[in-house]
Amino acid sequence: MTSESLKTKVAVLENLDVVRAMIRRHKRSDIIFAAVGLLALMLGLLTLLTLFLDLVMDGYPRFNLTFFSEFPSRRAANAGLLSAWVGSVLVMIVTFLTAVPMGVAAGLYLEEYAPKNWFSDLIEINVSNLAGVPSIIYGLLALGLFIYGLGLGESILTAGLTLGLLTLPVVIVSTREAIRGIPVAIREAAYAVGATKWQVVKDHVVKYSQGGILTGVIIGMSRAIGETAPIITIGALTFIAFLPPSPISEVAPFINFEWLGSGFTVLPIQMFNWLSRPDHAFATNAAATGAIIIVVTLMMNGTAIYLRYKIRKNIKW
Amino acid sequence: MNSATTMPNQSTSLPISSRLAKNVRRNVKERVIELILMLAALSAVFTTFAIVAILLYESLGFFKVVSIVDFFTDTQWTPLFEDAHYGIMPLVSGTLTTSAVALAVAVPVGTIAAIYLSEFASHKAREIVKPMLELLVGVPTIAFGYFALLFVTPLLQKMFPELPGFNMLSAGIVMGVMIVPYIASVAEDAMRAVPMSMREGSYAMGATRFQTAIRVVTPAAVSGIVAAYILAISRAVGETMVVAVAAGQQPTLTFNPMEGAATITAYIVQVAMGDLPHGSIGYQSIFAAGLVLFALTLGFNIIGHIVRKKYREQY
Repeated sequence: MTSESLKTKVAVLENLDVVRAMIRRHKRSDIIFAAVGLLALMLGLLTLLTLFLDLVMDGYPRFNLTFFSEFPSRRAANAGLLSAWVGSVLVMIVTFLTAVPMGVAAGLYLEEYAPKNWFSDLIEINVSNLAGVPSIIYGLLALGLFIYGLGLGESILTAGLTLGLLTLPVVIVSTREAIRGIPVAIREAAYAVGATKWQVVKDHVVKYSQGGILTGVIIGMSRAIGETAPIITIGALTFIAFLPPSPISEVAPFINFEWLGSGFTVLPIQMFNWLSRPDHAFATNAAATGAIIIVVTLMMNGTAIYLRYKIRKNIKW
Repeated sequence: MNSATTMPNQSTSLPISSRLAKNVRRNVKERVIELILMLAALSAVFTTFAIVAILLYESLGFFKVVSIVDFFTDTQWTPLFEDAHYGIMPLVSGTLTTSAVALAVAVPVGTIAAIYLSEFASHKAREIVKPMLELLVGVPTIAFGYFALLFVTPLLQKMFPELPGFNMLSAGIVMGVMIVPYIASVAEDAMRAVPMSMREGSYAMGATRFQTAIRVVTPAAVSGIVAAYILAISRAVGETMVVAVAAGQQPTLTFNPMEGAATITAYIVQVAMGDLPHGSIGYQSIFAAGLVLFALTLGFNIIGHIVRKKYREQY
């Protein structure tokens, strides 16, 4: 700005009315932006609401108990979700047993044990990198490693391990965040009375961070339950009219592991299958399945968020 | 209290040799536990290496048959046809087009939402809205696929009657809405990292909130905001179910969002649903496509993290 134009500007500003008009204008743009911002924020929520209502309305005719107790069928009106929800539950068991112990252990190592060197950096880089890998790539990993490398087949075990690896970064990151909130003084107090490192970790660090870890686990599991792409890649069958062998048997030892090797389908796969049929009657089934998946994941996420809120409110170090 | 005082007495009453033995046992146990935890942490490294190894190994088989030059220059992708062509470009164009549409939605909306959250919203509003955005992130993508195909596409067809049933526009728009919370939260983090004193300086000069947000906070946080965009591109490129359901399955070399075209991810899904024999060229082609996808997302992620790290060091 030249000094000449600056001078004229100052001269104009000396007129109070001009200044007041300017202030009004700027305040108005403040309000307008606040409204636009609120709208931008609401766009996502409105979409979610529309999506959910759309699914519920389209899938409305299928909301009855037989939808849960019937196998898929060639006739849309008779087709049900039995094999899909049982499959989802069984796959989630494997996923949980893979991701939680490994993820928590890895988080503990990185926060409590890892020395500051290139080796720890390598692990850290890998964890943050894995969180950004598209889920379908995990499907390719499973196809090459679990199915053809280790010969686990297109089974519940393969699916559970795949989703476990996918969930691992989520569990690791949330474990680390939960641990980081614990003050050093707690650890020092435990060391001062002669506790070993593992005693400090197991009796204090894990204990005080378990709420935060649980939050991360629930979020990770809810992500895994709706995950479709990697399960398609490992070749989950879409028409399953049988249940895997029961994990609980009537004779000793009461638990068997045959179900791990069984073929399966899960809720999102069933939905995708129905959605990609040309026959429009199946879209109703897909919508109903979608609404159910959304309710399940929203409930899980809601629990996690509430839990985190409670923890934040209650703990004052 | 009682047990705490008697315990040391008990151990001192033991002969020194057995106390030392106990110490040794304890140290060994500590070491073993540390080793186990380290192995768990190493699983992350192992997973990355396994992904790279498998993608490279299977792609190697693919590139024995297909020359790399053809792979990048051929304009057709028809590995499963009699007259097979192996040009990845149609899949890349589909991926980039859907991602571009998604970003065209997510960048303005996400940025405005971030500015609002960071500069305008009260503490209480933020506490309520941020978890809601997280809920949106948790919705399974297959549900968004349904939404794109059977809700957004018919809606768009009312505006553009010539729009085909499978098109990249609707898939891209829905994907964009999905990415908004992601951009909003990363960009907001960057804006909140801008020191309060800079805002106070601006207010002291008589600037309004809006002026401060646009002319002070946003420029100061620009590298973090750009990082959010780059990470969002990586998300969009790797997104699978929305495009597999709504964008079409036909690899077409086009950048017109009004047409349908397969993306890299949609192709992988399409092939994986069929029953391809292990080791066939079709089977290997999904790993070659996966390798390109992995390279793309990894590249964007690395750039995003570098840019993001830079702004962290600034203040």
